Amino acid sequence: MTTMKTTLARRSLRALAAGTMLSLAAIATAAAAEQPAAAAKPAAAPAQEPAASPAPAEHYQVPRQEWTFGGLFGYFDEQQLRRGYKIYKNVCSNCHNMRFLAYRNLGEPGGPNLSKEEVVALAAEIQVQDGYNDQGEPVMRAGKPSDYFQWRFKNEKEAGASFNGAAPPDLSVMAKARTVERDIAWYSFPFLMLKDLFTQYQEQGPDYIYGLLNGYVDPPAGFKLNAGSNYNRVFPGHQIAMPQPLTDGVVDYEDGTPNTLEQESKDVVSFLAWAAEPHLVERKKLGLLVLAYLAALTALLYVAKKTLWRNVEH
Amino acid sequence: MSHASTYEPKTAFTRWLDSRLPIIRWTADFMAFPTPRNLNYIWTFGAILTFFLVVQIITGVIVAMHYQPSTTLAFDSIERLMRDVNYGWLMRYTHMVGASLFFLAVYIHIFRGLYYGSYKAPREVLWIIGVAILIVMIATAFMGYSLVWGQMSFWAVTVITNLFSSFDSVIPGLGTTLVQWIWGGFSVDNPTLNRLYSLHYLLPFIIVGLVALHVWALHVPGSNNPVGIEVRSQEKETLPFHPYFTTKDMFALAAFAMLFAYVVFYVPNYLGDAVNYVPANPLVTPPHIVPEWYFLPFYAILRAIPSKLGGVLLMFGSLVVLFFVPWLDTSRVRSTRYRPIYRWFFLALVVDCLALGYLGAVPPEGNAILAAKVFTLYYFAHFLLVMPIVGLIETPRPMPSTISETFTHKAQGSGHDMRTVPAE
Repeated sequence: MTTMKTTLARRSLRALAAGTMLSLAAIATAAAAEQPAAAAKPAAAPAQEPAASPAPAEHYQVPRQEWTFGGLFGYFDEQQLRRGYKIYKNVCSNCHNMRFLAYRNLGEPGGPNLSKEEVVALAAEIQVQDGYNDQGEPVMRAGKPSDYFQWRFKNEKEAGASFNGAAPPDLSVMAKARTVERDIAWYSFPFLMLKDLFTQYQEQGPDYIYGLLNGYVDPPAGFKLNAGSNYNRVFPGHQIAMPQPLTDGVVDYEDGTPNTLEQESKDVVSFLAWAAEPHLVERKKLGLLVLAYLAALTALLYVAKKTLWRNVEH
Repeated sequence: MSHASTYEPKTAFTRWLDSRLPIIRWTADFMAFPTPRNLNYIWTFGAILTFFLVVQIITGVIVAMHYQPSTTLAFDSIERLMRDVNYGWLMRYTHMVGASLFFLAVYIHIFRGLYYGSYKAPREVLWIIGVAILIVMIATAFMGYSLVWGQMSFWAVTVITNLFSSFDSVIPGLGTTLVQWIWGGFSVDNPTLNRLYSLHYLLPFIIVGLVALHVWALHVPGSNNPVGIEVRSQEKETLPFHPYFTTKDMFALAAFAMLFAYVVFYVPNYLGDAVNYVPANPLVTPPHIVPEWYFLPFYAILRAIPSKLGGVLLMFGSLVVLFFVPWLDTSRVRSTRYRPIYRWFFLALVVDCLALGYLGAVPPEGNAILAAKVFTLYYFAHFLLVMPIVGLIETPRPMPSTISETFTHKAQGSGHDMRTVPAE
């Protein structure tokens, strides 16, 4: 019995020590792997002297941001989502749509949580086609909370015609449809994967969009920019059709939050993140209960197993 | 493992039923299945896999109630499910993450079989059915992924179905005809999506059937064990499956379910590709077409070969070779624990598969191509050369003569009931 217990204890200790060492190594390697890319960024600014060679499209490492909706206790800040919605409505929706969002979503808990009156008023701003009358003409009526957001274009073709053939993409799930490209050596890859898993790095899309909105910088000398394109250090290939959408003071905030570019992009990206995952808060709350339940169940089953096997040689 | 029936009907009704449909007897005897006492925790993955099969079928049936197999509605219907159906997000994420963890568990289960020689006589049929399950699982998962009809779904279907066109180099026209037959048209379109959906609903039930055969084939020779020698004394060396192994498996399952829940609730998109949240567009090819993580090693093998047909044959060959493992391994001992040389090769195979997985994920450029060739070569060499040769030249380490010799845990009952608990 004593030997058994000591072996078990020793094994557990050894596993714990090995686990700790591995995790430390993982975090150290992953941090080291991300540093050079981040450190290369300030150096990129004065790199305008060697104009002789065409500047290579150097890799800009999109940094990880702090978001309210990250981690075990992630949540959406109502005020931030309302500010974000304002930006979406005033700026983004001039070209983009969010076809999976209905006005009722704006009044749901876990999201912007607007009052019923506000939702009804917002929905009433649009005109919706609702079937046909007896003469076969389309019936138009004011929007209701159950109606979906409307695009200012009739369809993809019309949108494409206004933008050199490429329609502005729908933003409903954009926050999940983009990721952060990371230049990483093969040996740090497994550690980075583990780091992402344990630090719950699910906000790569928001980080990318935030980086993109803040990524309109002067092109490096010698960079050949196509007509109608804008330079963006985050966008793949660095040539983006969308002109810089947000600048300092593009909207006025009622709640006194400073309307800087950083703040505006944080707000609108949070709104996009909520739009892509409207049940995120509910999911994370339920997850805690499920994990607590499973932890208790696992402990009980362990005791049951030990008790049952106590009396048999094995 | 054959054993005498221990079931005794106790009531008038059960006696009546037992003489007409001995279903209770069958279940009781099934659960009393004598199982070696020395199984370690890696053996609990059988139960974990059963759990995942059930989870996938239940969540899948519910998800299917809200899914629209049409190219214009598929992507939207999944978003509607995630947003507007009560706990739809939970069903969808559970189904999606469940597929990934199902594969994680099945790979652990397969490597366990390889390490402990569970494929060797008299368990060859058990192993072969297992490989068949893996192949059907791969087909099912591929089809399920395609149903999302995101960019990666669409292009994965395009790339994989197009593989069959390589048969044009065998008989001109054969490949093209085959591909058009699979597509149900001249491109990946609505008919393709419809048949993928139909088959994705069908194949899981074929897996259920194969699993039943797998368990049947397990119950005839009985479980292998970490020592790899057969049970000599059923009384001393085995325990009834229930309650001993049900309890142990439940504990392991609960622990594994914690990992499952962590991924579902906190990092549901960790294992997926962001590009699949972009609706399918036949006119825009994503820069890097990569499959889900569990197919990456196969994908690396496919891309390692410059010839398209060669790549296709090797990719399927990497699965087919598994069928022959029972005869490729010439070793007299089962458990790699007693195989001083082979254990290093086993480690090499694990590293090889991980490396192929990595190479499947990165763009095929420069050193990655050469590396993929080297690791593909080793993958096949492991089965076709290492297994037969090492088995012949290796001197196994001394082995215990019985399983019971290796027991480390003595019965601790303080004088009272030392008998095993019978299965109910």
